[in-house]
Amino acid sequence: MADATPTSSASDPPASATVNVTRWDPGKDVIEVQRSPAPGALRSAWRAFRETARGLKTTFGRIAEGPVTMQYPEEKTPVYPRFRGRHKLHRFEDIGGAGSDPAQAGLEKCVGCSLCAAACPADCIRVVAAENTPENRVSPGERYAAVYEINLSRCIFCGYCEVACPFDAITMGHDYELSSYDRSDLIFTKEMLLAESLERAPLRNEGE
Amino acid sequence: MSIAPLALIGYFEPAWIQVLKAILIFAIALQLVPIVLIIERKLLGRFQARYGPNRVGPYGALQPMADILKLLTKEQFRPTTSVGLLFALAPVISILTAVAAFAIIPFGDVQDIFGTKVGLYGIDVSIGPLYLFAFGAVAFYGIMLGGWASGSKYSFLGAMRGAAQLISYEVSQGLALLGVVFTAQTLSLTGIVRAQGGMWYIVPQFAGFLIFLVAGFAETNRAPFDLTEADAELVGGYNTEYGGGRFASYYFAEYLNMLVVAGVVTTVFLGGWLLPFGIHPPGWVDPFVVLLKMSLITFIFIWVRATLPRLRYDQLMSLGWKVLLPLATLNALATAIIVVATH
Repeated sequence: MADATPTSSASDPPASATVNVTRWDPGKDVIEVQRSPAPGALRSAWRAFRETARGLKTTFGRIAEGPVTMQYPEEKTPVYPRFRGRHKLHRFEDIGGAGSDPAQAGLEKCVGCSLCAAACPADCIRVVAAENTPENRVSPGERYAAVYEINLSRCIFCGYCEVACPFDAITMGHDYELSSYDRSDLIFTKEMLLAESLERAPLRNEGE
Repeated sequence: MSIAPLALIGYFEPAWIQVLKAILIFAIALQLVPIVLIIERKLLGRFQARYGPNRVGPYGALQPMADILKLLTKEQFRPTTSVGLLFALAPVISILTAVAAFAIIPFGDVQDIFGTKVGLYGIDVSIGPLYLFAFGAVAFYGIMLGGWASGSKYSFLGAMRGAAQLISYEVSQGLALLGVVFTAQTLSLTGIVRAQGGMWYIVPQFAGFLIFLVAGFAETNRAPFDLTEADAELVGGYNTEYGGGRFASYYFAEYLNMLVVAGVVTTVFLGGWLLPFGIHPPGWVDPFVVLLKMSLITFIFIWVRATLPRLRYDQLMSLGWKVLLPLATLNALATAIIVVATH
């Protein structure tokens, strides 16, 4: 019978045969837990009282410590130096600036190569490149970004654009206050990204 | 108008003083509740390492005003399943009993104000604790009717729990007070205070004090016994369907009840207006002494609320019937034996 129906024999162990099950031996790593006997009425009452008192002490300790709340709109949360906030586009330094090259002074670093747009996993960067001409030189390279838009309502702040950029033209800034009443306000144009940001987010000190 | 029979039961004042005092007590109660509200929210914040409300007015002091204004300007609505008259009546009962219970808290002894003898309390009833428990029992109708008349399952469950809880804990509360009554040999609250001239009853009746306080938490439906409005399970308890001014009434009654319990504890166990170490200040200090002691008890109320988690229903019942009731009975019995033996 057992041979005839292999499915049932697999689930039902044969009643006659002794099942040779070796119990798993946990070895010496397992320690027997020492439990105290169940407390009596007085003891449990005392325990409840003691634990209540301990709880009261704990909450009172919070008063002594004082609040840890950050008064947000007035008091900004400081960010770490590598915090990835709103993007910034950069220009070369003006003449007289640190490490400035007179040939490049004041030009945009972005050459419109669209590598950032290619690297963007959220597909939120739009670059339309145009040729530089001697009359209208915007960037030191052959081309420049005529249109550079970042749709911040799509951006996931991963920082891949920053990594992809061969000229360090785009970096992640520190601004995190990016709410808006209108979605279209969140499409940042080249002018907005190039403008000096308000630096609303304070930097966190070393070791803080 | 004959005042003679009234004078026999403690009304020695002319009628106009009675009316004046009644208005005064209601006015004081109305002022105290918002203060307790803001203090509770601020303290709860501090207990949780945050600020609490601090936007409306200086240090958020006007927050209760904003809350009350918001509630009072809201629409008066009721569910279609509710029972109209009872639905409107229930918060009134709650508020009425709370204020009535507040009337017997003595804020001072009989004072001589411009040649008129005035007791600094609403009424000095000769059945103090009984009066208190009578109104406590009526207050239970406020919750019960409110929950039932709402026609909602959450309200009903909350009210049922509230009813069971009030009945269970009222017994131990009464028995805890019995020890004090035996010792003071009077039921008048001013009499009980005067009897504490030698020693406050918190010392000889410490067990009674603890039992009364714990039962007081349950009576006022406050954490850790706030099962009537266990927000996590019952949405809002008996006042789920209430909004606007009616909800404000319930809220007011709840906080006033807390003040009443604080006042009774002050009167009965903390020596009312008496000060320790034989200090006898002029009469006008008495109300402030009482208020100070009341705020101390209120602080304990808030402290406990910030600390203890809500009890499960069966734990609540077993604590009430299996722990507090035997303890209170034993306490009353032991006190009775000692009082009889020493007299």
